[in-house]
Amino acid sequence: MADQVILLDFWASMFGMRVRIALAEKGVHYEYKEQDLRNKSPLLLQMNPIHKKIPVLIHNGKHICESLIIVQYIDEVWHDKAPLLPSDPYQRAQARFWADYVDKKLYDTGRKVWTTKGDEQEAGKKDFIAVLKVLEGELGDKPYFGGQSFGFVDVSLITFSSWFHAYETFGNLSIEKECPKLMAWVKRCKEKESVSKSLADENKVLEFLQTMRKNLGIE
Amino acid sequence: MADEVILLDLWSSMFGMRVRVALAEKGIEYEYKEQDLRNKSPLLLEMNPIHKKIPVLIHNGKPICESLIIVQYIDEVWHHKAPLLPSDPYQRAQARFWADYVDKKVYAPGRKIWATKGDEQEEAKKEFIEILKVLEGELGEKPYFGGESFGFVDISFVTFSCWFHVYETFGNFSIEKECPKLMAWVKRCQERESVFKSLPDEKKVLEFVYFLKKIFGIE
Repeated sequence: MADQVILLDFWASMFGMRVRIALAEKGVHYEYKEQDLRNKSPLLLQMNPIHKKIPVLIHNGKHICESLIIVQYIDEVWHDKAPLLPSDPYQRAQARFWADYVDKKLYDTGRKVWTTKGDEQEAGKKDFIAVLKVLEGELGDKPYFGGQSFGFVDVSLITFSSWFHAYETFGNLSIEKECPKLMAWVKRCKEKESVSKSLADENKVLEFLQTMRKNLGIE
Repeated sequence: MADEVILLDLWSSMFGMRVRVALAEKGIEYEYKEQDLRNKSPLLLEMNPIHKKIPVLIHNGKPICESLIIVQYIDEVWHHKAPLLPSDPYQRAQARFWADYVDKKVYAPGRKIWATKGDEQEEAKKEFIEILKVLEGELGEKPYFGGESFGFVDISFVTFSCWFHVYETFGNFSIEKECPKLMAWVKRCQERESVFKSLPDEKKVLEFVYFLKKIFGIE
């Protein structure tokens, strides 16, 4: 009997995109269901009653929530192809550490860049660039965070690249200038079909955030 | 060659305690090194340069940081005894979800209960009790969050129990009254040697918080 895989997601979410990439890496067929987060569907509320957020993966009727947990689940279930986490426990702990670092640091600092102005935004910008530089340092001269192959940390971070154009526009900054090696890594990842097919268009993201800013009353 | 295992920790940290419980469950001998967080040691700064926090596990010279990542590492390396995570990927995803829920939700309102007053404290209390009730609901009729055996979610949450006396004292409420099934689970866990040997006395924790309030100037 074939697997039934459904993804509850929102097109602009860098968290949802992680799941899309993981499913693509594994060649898993799934049904994508776009969610309206201002008017949450009964299905979403049933499948994620605790956080009421996307992404949610529904695999043969059973739900898995939280993007990095979903990606690990996908890696474990469809383990015969394109391993995302290393097999060595120490390397695995390092991969989890860095994905957790992205989760703890990047979204909130990035959010300050697009939702604030003046001094608060300047401070947000500095923090945001500092986080990117730490990540660039961790990448070093490796082609991917995973080493020779695209892996868990790459998946966790690459999805933010679809928001870079927006951060640069609102923050008046150049990520290429601040972190050229990181941008080289972004370009390298985007050559992968799983990535290019899963990332939202950066201009659409910019338009979307411009609308959000208006709704939030930020000039 | 014997394993060299060192734990950098703080006696009162519910995060550090998770690692102590996991190491005890697996019967691993290790060296405990108490850290002074107001005067961080060169070793701590070298082993956790990113977050500069405890706990840090140092296994044969290699550091692993972030308590839940360390517990998973311990479970994977010493996999022949007392498994902490389930073997089924879906159950494993659920365990990670609930440990993540504890991580995201419990600490902050708990801290507000002892560190604030008035309306802020009242709101934190309400939030805290709601979160405990969600966890109690997830426990249901099972002896442990892991089902029949003590596991990952149990470890992630039971370490907060030595701080319950602090929350109850400053918040003026009874966790037993609000969540009797949860307290029954706490008692059940505290019968395990790995737990009662790893958690400090709740009165010492209360004394410590009185001391913290003094030095932070919180009346």
